[in-house]
Amino acid sequence: MPEVMPKVIRKTAFALTASLALLTTACTGQSSSGANDDASKDTTINFWHAWSAPSETKAVKDLIAGFEKAHPNIHVNVVGNMTDDKMNQALRTGGDKAPDVISSFTTNNVGKFCSSNALIDLNPFFKKSGVDPATTFPKAMNEYTQYDGNRCTVPLLGDAYGLYYNKTAFEKAGITNPPKTWSEFEADAKKLTIPAGDGYKQLGFMPDYHGWETTTEHYFAQFSPTYFDTSGKSSLATDPAFKAGFTLQKKLVDELGGFQKLEKYRSKLGDEWGPKHPFHTGQVAMQLDGEWRLGMALDAKPKFDIGVAPLPVPDDQADQYGKGYITGTIAGIAATSKKQNAAWELVKYMTTDTDAVVGFSNAIHNVPSTLEALKSPKLKYDPRFKTFLDIAANPNSTTTPASINGGQYLVTIQQFGYDYESGKVTGLDAGLAGAAKQIDTDIAQAK
Amino acid sequence: MSTITLASKRRRAALRTLAFMSPWLIGFAVFFAYPLISTVYFSFMHYDGFRPPSWSGTKNWTYVFNDYPYFWPALRNTLWLVLVMVSLRVVFGLGVGMLITKIRTGTGVFRTLFYLPYLAPPVAATMAFAFLLNPGTGPVNAILDKIGIPAPGWFNDPTWSKPALTLLALWGVGDLMVIFMAALLDVPREQYEAAELDGASAWQRFRYVTLPNISPIVMFAVVTGVIQTMQYYTQPLIAGKVASGVIQGAGTQFEPGYPEKSTLTLPQLVYNLGFQRFDYGSACVVALVLFALSMVFTAFLMRRRGGLNLAGD
Repeated sequence: MPEVMPKVIRKTAFALTASLALLTTACTGQSSSGANDDASKDTTINFWHAWSAPSETKAVKDLIAGFEKAHPNIHVNVVGNMTDDKMNQALRTGGDKAPDVISSFTTNNVGKFCSSNALIDLNPFFKKSGVDPATTFPKAMNEYTQYDGNRCTVPLLGDAYGLYYNKTAFEKAGITNPPKTWSEFEADAKKLTIPAGDGYKQLGFMPDYHGWETTTEHYFAQFSPTYFDTSGKSSLATDPAFKAGFTLQKKLVDELGGFQKLEKYRSKLGDEWGPKHPFHTGQVAMQLDGEWRLGMALDAKPKFDIGVAPLPVPDDQADQYGKGYITGTIAGIAATSKKQNAAWELVKYMTTDTDAVVGFSNAIHNVPSTLEALKSPKLKYDPRFKTFLDIAANPNSTTTPASINGGQYLVTIQQFGYDYESGKVTGLDAGLAGAAKQIDTDIAQAK
Repeated sequence: MSTITLASKRRRAALRTLAFMSPWLIGFAVFFAYPLISTVYFSFMHYDGFRPPSWSGTKNWTYVFNDYPYFWPALRNTLWLVLVMVSLRVVFGLGVGMLITKIRTGTGVFRTLFYLPYLAPPVAATMAFAFLLNPGTGPVNAILDKIGIPAPGWFNDPTWSKPALTLLALWGVGDLMVIFMAALLDVPREQYEAAELDGASAWQRFRYVTLPNISPIVMFAVVTGVIQTMQYYTQPLIAGKVASGVIQGAGTQFEPGYPEKSTLTLPQLVYNLGFQRFDYGSACVVALVLFALSMVFTAFLMRRRGGLNLAGD
């Protein structure tokens, strides 16, 4: 028995291991197909998106209804509330139920989608349709939808960041206009700050990088930094815009009471997405935020008038006042799709048809993502929303570039920001050099 | 001829044995061997989930151990939680179990009171705790302020974030309480009576009667506690997110371990590396570290169990 059993078991174990090894290698990889389908024939495509609120899903339904009216032969099966994780899995596996077209809320994965060919390069489709992305989309949106010359995504509405301010508090403090330069901003933030005990009755501005939307990338757009040099290495330590940004933010932190005091106060404030957001309650007089804050703030019925303006710029860039940070939702076509021509018709309609973009923007309350739509008389908005339309159309507005490992480099910069504002790191130059080295290491690991 | 027949019989017997074992073997192969072999395999590959994997040697291992700035803080936090949180949960669970077995009236009420928190969904329980322990608006610090005790920053303070997670774990100790109660009620009464007749103190009765009798259950609680803590993901992630005030939306960045990486655990790194950075190779390295740590802790504890029994004898 002992002579026979090991032999049988050995054979079985070998077969098992060989099968496992085969399985391990077989379950990876990715099928690809070309754009060989006939978009003029009757077909059904799958569209996955991330919107989930009833008003948003209705807006998507209306958008698709408009497309199906214009293309009666193409039917769209819409699946909403899809996270990036679920989309990634479906993009890997493909199949009849997998999406032909996806829409993601984040621009962070564009580099990965493009470099891995999970989404197809849309440049040939744009060329075939006679649409020039450079003259169709605002500059920043045109940039964040491509990676290394590969345009695997298209902007589908956008977000622009500006400054919200409490007009009533401004009047009480004797401030007549929103600040345009960083010096004015600093002075106003101090003037609007009313200390109370070891906290504040009112804080002029919450400068901490944890202050909801006051992240490094949102601040630094006003400094117009270059994140990577031509060889793809991080410019964090070499572009003076970063040093200026970190220095001015830290100065503001110190002048408004210091990191510990601000953090203690921040921990007592409401969360970003609830009605008790400190800007709504009047606990913070100015707030860096996206265009969506206006609707949320109005819904909270604050006891003051809300003003909206572009975020101030550094004093030496006063001529560029009006710019801001831009990001947004993206759309793309799955490499596994067997109906890429039909899928392109949907993507083209949703992202370049002026009326479709305007109608969707009116319903979702995001910034339109084409230059034509930004100028459309059909846009309906609160007059204050115009500020964000102007920021989106401003050629000096910037975004954060796509990277092969997603938004990891932004996390590294933000982590360094926490260490610097808290005083944990005091040497700015050495700290920036260390963070840049980390970014380069992370990118090398991803390649 | 007879040898061939014997060999043939043995082969048939072996195949029959294998056939009977096959359901288990298939389950073992599919749910344990395959994932484990795959994890080892992918830890040496560059794999982003989209393109076919390619050999990268020890690059992922070097990256995780030398260049990934979150690995060592996460490992330290995980070890802290294994040592402190698991120990306190076992001690507290045993204490509550002993207390309830001693109570004469209202036992059912106390059992329910202590067991109910265990049934609370982890996300809801963690969010409730984060609000209760909010340094500014939470009732806990309001009470501490009133009685003149300096109020900690809890989930907003890197020094207090892990103790706050431990408090949350102690609040949900109902699972251990139930198994300890069952074990305590199984200890033969006559052993206590004999010890009392011999003049043993309460501590001596616990040390030399209770503990040896329940030692298998203590070991079970410790081993499962260690394994659960190695997989600790939801509570530290939610606590960090709620305390930071930035609830992660679809387009926002993953901020690891607020505050100051103090709530970062190894399973969070597996998610971050694998599903957010598409670096499945490095994620597999972290998963293997978790596996190795679990093996080491379990082997150590199993050896110690022998010691505990001997001490009891």
